[in-house]
Amino acid sequence: MTAIPDTATLPRDRLSRARSLHWVLAGGLALACIASLQIGATDVTLFAMLAKLAQGEPLSHMERVVLFDIRLPRLAMGVLVGAALAVSGAAMQGLFRNPLADPGIVGVGAGAGLGAILAIVLGTLLPVWMIDRIGNQMVPVAAFLGGWGSTILLYRVSTRQGQTSVATMLLAGIALGALAGALSGILVYIADDQQLRDLTFWGLGSLAGASWAKVLSAGPLILLSIGGALMLGRGLNGLALGEATAAHIGIHVQRLKSVAILAVAGATGAAVAVSGGIGFIGIVVPHLLRLASGPDHRTLLLNSALLGATLLILADVIARVVIAPAELPIGIVTAVLGAPVFLWILLRRRGLVEP
Amino acid sequence: MRGRRFRYSALTLVSGAMLGALLALAVRAQDSTALPEPHGDVLSIGGSVTEIVAALGQQHRLKARDTTSSYPPEVAYLPDVGYMRSLSPEGVLSVGPSLILSEEGAGPPEALEVIRAADVTFVEVPDALTPDGILRKIDIIGAALGVPDKADALAAEVAAALSAALADAERPEGDKKRVLFVLSTQGGKINASGTGTAADALIRMAGGVNAISEFDGYKQITDEAVGLAAPDVILMMDRGGDHGVADDDLFALPAIRLTPAAQTRSVVRLDGLLMLGFGPRTAEAVRLLNDALYARNS
Repeated sequence: MTAIPDTATLPRDRLSRARSLHWVLAGGLALACIASLQIGATDVTLFAMLAKLAQGEPLSHMERVVLFDIRLPRLAMGVLVGAALAVSGAAMQGLFRNPLADPGIVGVGAGAGLGAILAIVLGTLLPVWMIDRIGNQMVPVAAFLGGWGSTILLYRVSTRQGQTSVATMLLAGIALGALAGALSGILVYIADDQQLRDLTFWGLGSLAGASWAKVLSAGPLILLSIGGALMLGRGLNGLALGEATAAHIGIHVQRLKSVAILAVAGATGAAVAVSGGIGFIGIVVPHLLRLASGPDHRTLLLNSALLGATLLILADVIARVVIAPAELPIGIVTAVLGAPVFLWILLRRRGLVEP
Repeated sequence: MRGRRFRYSALTLVSGAMLGALLALAVRAQDSTALPEPHGDVLSIGGSVTEIVAALGQQHRLKARDTTSSYPPEVAYLPDVGYMRSLSPEGVLSVGPSLILSEEGAGPPEALEVIRAADVTFVEVPDALTPDGILRKIDIIGAALGVPDKADALAAEVAAALSAALADAERPEGDKKRVLFVLSTQGGKINASGTGTAADALIRMAGGVNAISEFDGYKQITDEAVGLAAPDVILMMDRGGDHGVADDDLFALPAIRLTPAAQTRSVVRLDGLLMLGFGPRTAEAVRLLNDALYARNS
């Protein structure tokens, strides 16, 4: 009975701990960025190049290509995609008040997958002038439209008289996912070998196709969406008490839901479009942070963005060097790292899933 | 929780792939030592391209290869840049090629763009399912490697061998055996070749008839369709060791059991790259298949 926690100071301690975690994570991200520019299949390194620049020597053509055309866009895309997936995961877990929710819960994954499969399998049926014009961009564009479209559809289905029912959304998401899966199955059946290999690789995700064009086309939407999601901290904290209570303490619940869903659809849709399906970041990152610094969304969202970006960049470094000169799909690396962590979370928090 | 399972069937795929990747890692860890070749600077992508480079006597110039390049066996010691449709630009540049010879369809396009920007010559070798196509491959590769004379000699040799093999394999229409190319029998389901594939082309060149003409490419077909196709011979890839299906298991499959092939227990197994690569060894493949089809029992 003596060890009653000091309820007045505990949350503050947690909050300050979480705030100082911002700086630790930002430092980690900076280190990961340096590692990402330093390490790769070629023996070009950031430090060697900085030394060269300091001595006024010009960089070789090869060094310029490796640094500016390969590693930098890849790094930028890794930061954007990792942050997008992790923030989306944290936002969805808050919105659905379920620690196991992730961006896929609003149908982004299934819809984007269907879009990508459509483009890969049926893209060759388009008229030649169209393929010439948009050939390379077809898969990302279709994946984005599929992901965004299915989320909007799901949102419309579960919104009635201006009220979005989270439960309906969950169930409709299952139905929509099954439908998208079946349509994908039909397309897989008519796909030829090469298309099947393309599909498999797309499903595993990769940052290997990173280019400045992709960074510039996906970047603004991802940044805007992350920015939107970061403002939801207070609202999501309130929502943790239940929708009715949240409304009573002055939170505009419907607007909160709309912003959260649109932000997640935008961030994840754009991320999946440029990098394919990368799993686990959206679940594992927010959980690690909740264990470290508690569930306060005011800090959790930003911390998730930082840690998500860091982990994805590190996973990408592993993906590109472990079997160099070939490269692992990054989805494999995040799954290898993420699956055991996820299992550990499940076992530790069994009470949450088996009430 | 149930919902998660539905929406994340992809998750199963990822975990499966994870296991596969670990296996692949264990296997690939062995070929990290490259042959030291000071003047080698060619990256060869595609099994038949690598074969042609070697047949031109230019194997010492190879610096790396892709996953599908498995012949001649020594190329297995070269660094492997991965699967040709998902190349990593930095991985490709790290092997320091000045010339990349690639089969049609290498990618992704972003990777090729970056590779071209790094002053690496990229030569695409068009796919081919005909003797003329093989000669064109040799011609293009010989020109790219700067050995047109050797290419002409090799092309003449290959052309002669091919026309001889084709002439020997030619048979009257009514006398041709129906051949079913089975890509896999995963889970008792037959994945067979329709028209327009390398298997289809080789079967015709070797004096056989593809038992299936209803669809293009490789597809899973129903047991009854296999019965209707009534193949006299089953053709499969030789996967070596115990990885292939044993004859007893193959002929015990419900789909295969009722075919003429099962009654005579006729199955032919050939090396995949030899059979489907359409490179310098295709004449050999035609002869092997033709012998296997007709030498014994016609």
